[in-house]
Amino acid sequence: MEKTTRNLQILNIVTIALMIIATALVFFYAPTERVMGQVQRIFYFHVPSAWVSMLAFFVTLVAGIVYLRRGHRGWDMVGSASVEIGLVFTIMTIISGSIWARPAWNTWWTWDPRLTTYTILALIYVAYLMLRQGLEDPDRRARFAAVYGIVGFISVPITFFSIRWWRTIHPVVIGSGSPSAEGGFDMTSPMRLVFFFSLFAFTVLYFCFLANRLRLERLTERVEQLKMKVLSA
Amino acid sequence: MRTESIRPVQTKTDYWSLFTDYWRAVGAVLGKDFTAELRSKELFSSMLVFSLLVVLIFNFALEFERSRATRENVAAGVLWVTTTFAGTLGLNRSLAMEKDRGSLDGLLLAPVDRSALYFGKALGNLLFMLLVQAVILPVFSILFNLSLLKPLLLVIVLLGTTGYAAVGTLLASMAVHSRARDVMLPILLFPVAVPVLVAAVRASSAILVSAGWEDIGLWFNLLVGYDVIFVAVAYMVFDYVVEE
Repeated sequence: MEKTTRNLQILNIVTIALMIIATALVFFYAPTERVMGQVQRIFYFHVPSAWVSMLAFFVTLVAGIVYLRRGHRGWDMVGSASVEIGLVFTIMTIISGSIWARPAWNTWWTWDPRLTTYTILALIYVAYLMLRQGLEDPDRRARFAAVYGIVGFISVPITFFSIRWWRTIHPVVIGSGSPSAEGGFDMTSPMRLVFFFSLFAFTVLYFCFLANRLRLERLTERVEQLKMKVLSA
Repeated sequence: MRTESIRPVQTKTDYWSLFTDYWRAVGAVLGKDFTAELRSKELFSSMLVFSLLVVLIFNFALEFERSRATRENVAAGVLWVTTTFAGTLGLNRSLAMEKDRGSLDGLLLAPVDRSALYFGKALGNLLFMLLVQAVILPVFSILFNLSLLKPLLLVIVLLGTTGYAAVGTLLASMAVHSRARDVMLPILLFPVAVPVLVAAVRASSAILVSAGWEDIGLWFNLLVGYDVIFVAVAYMVFDYVVEE
């Protein structure tokens, strides 16, 4: 217990340091983009958030498969914790994207395939959490959540392609399909450095959140056990 | 006494008899659902009346009278929205019935592969939905003043409904255990069923405006792909859903 807490503290400090460096790099080191100006800096937060959300939901998929195979409770915790973190990053991605889209595309929102798929993705994982909340038996909750985590993740790429094919048949008014169509840019090497550093920092941030969330879950369980002990004594 | 029904399994045709036993189990679940439905008629009638009400509401909301072009564009959307909503109703009832009457436990005690129960239930749901559509499509054709009974459209209806029923049955068997089960199923099912709906709507409207195969083929392939993937996934995970 002592050792894991210390490791966690080290991870927390490292994560905070990385995030500070990443933020400093974004604002002071990265060059200002010629066409879009300052607003382009959102890119260094937006894309890593999107990446982390996908990583988080992928971890849920893997945790679900392992849970169904092995039946170890820990994997269920990993799955649900990962969905919670993933949803936070999804919301961050959508908000940062909207702030960027307003000056770049001249609209807060467009029904582009990526955006639409991403919204559906968010709804799938909101449904995941609602399903968990609606089930009382912990064993059943873990199994159902694992199954839904698998089914939901598999449906996402199919959804993306179905919407993209639909939109390629029908013209889109704004930002035809991808940011490279409107509001795209080529990264210079300092930009690339900042981008990959930010990506790395966000990935570490994800694992830091996950580790803390799992610790919280373990502590909650321990409190429950102690309560039972006191009540039965 | 007749002993034909309990003769031993012949060793030579082992795999074959396993195969037929499996499908006999599927057939038994399906048959049970049909008999129950024939006696009560509550599922079919509620789905049918519900679908007609949805069409009626759409009629006021979208003004079908405008022009033929509007109707052609709107008809596919209305058809699939109706199917989606009516399907949710049927899927919920079909599994809630099993749970409330405790017959799910009985089914689980049967010495058959659990996936046979899934296929029995899914086929039952599919057939009920198709029966409702068999009534709805002619009614739609009259109300929209468009012929919806084109052979290719019927294939699309079959493929789309199959995918929807396959995922729906799996998710409904989870939703019935949750506290707010009637609302839970659509919340779980709709985001996952988006590709089926997109493909089915696009294919149907392409057929209605008599577009060529190049406009329909893509959606046809997508529907087939979705059906195969999700029937396979459901087959693999259903055991874990009904496990006690």
